[in-house]
Amino acid sequence: MSLWFVLALMTFGAIFAVLWPLGRRAARQPEGRESAVYRDQLAEVDRDIAAGLIGETEAAAARVEIGRRLIAAADAEEAAAPPSSLRLRRAVAVVALVGVPVLAGGLYLRLGTPAMPDFPLASRMRAPAGGQSLDQLVAQVQAHLEKNPTDGRGWGVLAPVLGRVGRFEDAAQAFRNAIRYDGDSATRRAGLGEALAGAANGVVTAEAKAEFERAVALDASDVRARYFLGLAAEQDGRPKEAAAIWRAMLDKAPPDAPWRPLVAAALARIGAVAQAAPDGASAKLPALPEGAAAAAQGMSEGDRAAMIRGMVDRLATRLKQNGDDVEGWLRLARAYMVLNEPERAHAARDDARRALAADEVGLRKLNEGLKALGIDG
Amino acid sequence: MIAEAGHYALVLALALALIQSTVPMIGARLRDPALMTLARSTALAQLAFVGISFMALVALHVMSDFSVANVYENSHSLKPLIYKITGVWGNHEGSMLLWVSILALFGGLVAVFGNNLPLSLRANALGVQGWVSTAFYLFILLTSNPFLRLANPPLEGRDLNPVLQDPGLALHPPMLYLGYVGFSISFSFAIAALIEGRIDAAWARWVRPWTLMAWMFLTLGIAMGSYWAYYELGWGGWWFWDPVENASLMPWLAGTALLHSAVVMEKRNALKVWTVLLAILTFSLSLLGTFLVRSGVLTSVHAFATDPTRGVFILLILCVFIGGSLTLYAWRASSLKQGGLFAPISREGALVLNNLLLTTACATVFIGTLYPLGLEVLTGERISVGAPFFNLTFAPLFVPLLLALPFGPLLAWKRGDLAGAAQRLYAAGIAALVAVAVLWAWTRGGAALAPLAIGLAVFVIIGALTDIAERSMLFRMPLPIALRRARGLPRASWGTMFAHLGVGVALIGIVCETTWNSELISTLKPGDVAKVAGYELKLDAISQRQGPNYGEMLAHFTVSRDGRPIGAMTPSKRSFATRGMSTTEAALMSRGVSQLYVSLGDTAASGAIAVRIYHKPMVLLIWFGPLLMAFGGLLSLSDRRLRVGAPKPAKAARGLQPAE
Repeated sequence: MSLWFVLALMTFGAIFAVLWPLGRRAARQPEGRESAVYRDQLAEVDRDIAAGLIGETEAAAARVEIGRRLIAAADAEEAAAPPSSLRLRRAVAVVALVGVPVLAGGLYLRLGTPAMPDFPLASRMRAPAGGQSLDQLVAQVQAHLEKNPTDGRGWGVLAPVLGRVGRFEDAAQAFRNAIRYDGDSATRRAGLGEALAGAANGVVTAEAKAEFERAVALDASDVRARYFLGLAAEQDGRPKEAAAIWRAMLDKAPPDAPWRPLVAAALARIGAVAQAAPDGASAKLPALPEGAAAAAQGMSEGDRAAMIRGMVDRLATRLKQNGDDVEGWLRLARAYMVLNEPERAHAARDDARRALAADEVGLRKLNEGLKALGIDG
Repeated sequence: MIAEAGHYALVLALALALIQSTVPMIGARLRDPALMTLARSTALAQLAFVGISFMALVALHVMSDFSVANVYENSHSLKPLIYKITGVWGNHEGSMLLWVSILALFGGLVAVFGNNLPLSLRANALGVQGWVSTAFYLFILLTSNPFLRLANPPLEGRDLNPVLQDPGLALHPPMLYLGYVGFSISFSFAIAALIEGRIDAAWARWVRPWTLMAWMFLTLGIAMGSYWAYYELGWGGWWFWDPVENASLMPWLAGTALLHSAVVMEKRNALKVWTVLLAILTFSLSLLGTFLVRSGVLTSVHAFATDPTRGVFILLILCVFIGGSLTLYAWRASSLKQGGLFAPISREGALVLNNLLLTTACATVFIGTLYPLGLEVLTGERISVGAPFFNLTFAPLFVPLLLALPFGPLLAWKRGDLAGAAQRLYAAGIAALVAVAVLWAWTRGGAALAPLAIGLAVFVIIGALTDIAERSMLFRMPLPIALRRARGLPRASWGTMFAHLGVGVALIGIVCETTWNSELISTLKPGDVAKVAGYELKLDAISQRQGPNYGEMLAHFTVSRDGRPIGAMTPSKRSFATRGMSTTEAALMSRGVSQLYVSLGDTAASGAIAVRIYHKPMVLLIWFGPLLMAFGGLLSLSDRRLRVGAPKPAKAARGLQPAE
């Protein structure tokens, strides 16, 4: 049954309810009368006497009073009701036939969303929704921790999970609680820093950097902290320092370390920049994370998000300073599409067109690329 | 499709309400029977469509369809089924939909059971009902639409306010609304009578069942709300003089007055103008209550409706209906004929006194509720008018009311005999004095007023019983005859007795609870023992439990008296992760009509827990009284008197034959 069929059916029902009494030809309606009430009151007086509830004299007085009302009411009822006017009935029928659908349809089309189907829980459950059960687990652990706020180990378990589902503020708080109640460790400090960086959209803030430094102070070999310290250096515009940190990591890394490709990719990126542009201004743009993203498969989502963020922001800054790089603009636009930020992608497209306005070849190339990305127009 | 069909049904109900509010009234003016009967079918169709709409919203909540904004904001897929359903009216939009559904329900009831009414009165009354419906349909559709959709449905809902996830909420608002909205019928009848310019004793009889029904539901609704606050809010209080509570008390007081003045009108054709005014005022106060709660002008424990933009719309409805009806009243009331005369000392006189006191009490509540609001609007200063004001103004009005209460039913119509009535109340008076003396001796040094108040309650109770005893001539006739007479009494007399009895019973509960309530607030560790009013409560253990959508901390108490264990109590605290809120679930143990009440506070770092323990003597009587009152109302409703002139269709022919 389609929605429109149901709506039409209901409209017919409503119109029918109005037309039906109009169509019945002045059938004598059962009608209540005042006199019936007074007759009953008289009968009630009789009952009261029989039950001995009132005396004869009071009953007589009551009868006189009620009788007077009865006569008045009966007189008023004498006048017979005039027959129903056909013209009026027709007018009302027209009002119902036209007015009800027009009013209801008009108002509904303004307020309703007829194109939207229902979306009940049952149909959502059929769709793959792994995230939901994770949400439930998180909620349960959170509920547990609400009751036992001093359970440091619980916080320690919860914190990285929160980071993975992107709840960076909560994750940071959870890491702090874990540190407070269950002791400090490099892993937790690094996790806290990562959560802070995630909350800052991938920018390694001073606060986050302090946490990574603390982590390294606790355990100089903590991989994550060192990687992010490198990233911090890169974001601060000291690519050489970043390269030094990462190179040191790779030197000491076991050959099968899962994070190896990631650091290598980062280093490659930095290296390219450092070599091609010693002064950093007229640099060829860094490669966007294709290679790095593949390497980052093994990373946590928080790591990945922070990493990608950092790179995209940097690319955007560079392009703002030096806009005549078609490939760079296309990469930036694609990155925003991947990050599911179409507004920014469109903004990047407009900026690119402005920046390349003088460069006819570049502009054509840009437009082709944008078409391929589906943000042409 | 369910959401959109429900939405459309609501729009159709509006269209039908518009027809219902115009065509039958034109018909009544032109005496056109076909147009007048239209009121009936449109009222029924309107009920059907608003019913579809309401059921659609319930279905959406049950299926957790988060593409509907209302469901997303107030539901959660893990919520137990019962709260998915009650959550429908636990929020602003849904509760307004319930409001109009009940309005349509009453309209439908008048359409079905209104065969005993003159055609024009029914047409006009249903027409007025149509105006009210139209206003509220527009309010819902334009400002509080429960069927608005979300383009990107979220995966999980925001959950219902945890305080409202309670069985009490399942019944409290529907009951309250049945009461509030039920008074719309007496309002519609009053306006219809004013429009027709004709009103008489029969009108009172036609309106009486509807008023009684509304009053009954309102009584139950208020009592239930009070009990809900008592066990859910965790402070052991049962009445806070909170503006939201006052909002329901005001129509109750006015409705009680209406119920009594309608009796005078029916029996003696007097007090007509006053009764019409009361009918208007009662529903106006219901509307005001809706406005206070729904517009968000108040911020109180009933914090589930706060959106000031809607306030203006409701204020508009309020002004149009109250202002309009009072203007109509001022214009037409002088044309209504005055009825019978009576002496000051008579049943009528007693009922007038009742009306004066009840309306004055209502006015004090009105002032106490609205004065702070007015002051805030004018000066920006926030004050709160609390229990002291109401105790000082309300109590002095209720004492004479209760003192006079037993006299009323004993006085005759027209010209009563006060001395005779007093004589018949000797027994009640003596019983009251004995109760005062005994209590005084027993609780020497306690509050001096309490024994007097209880004496008053005993006087009311025995007075109510005396009335029935007098009527059945108990003690004056042999017992079998008296019993037969008692059975033969009109049910309305029994109803009166139960309702008046209920007042006394509730008063005993109130006085005992407020005077001899013992309270202990302390911090307990497992193994500790607290002593309250001769009971020992030992905290055995504290445990954790996971509910469907909340985590719960339970404290297990063993209760013993004089060393003998008499049971266990497990108060708890629930924390709801979705909203980050927690609720206290008090544990109650009834001993007769008294109760032990334990609720939990915060947990200290040491593992100790703050506990509030109360012993509340006779507390259950507070709610038992209203139950008795409502039962009295039910008895009265079943009185054959009210069924008169409402022949079943099959018997209609007999009713038309001349009775003489």
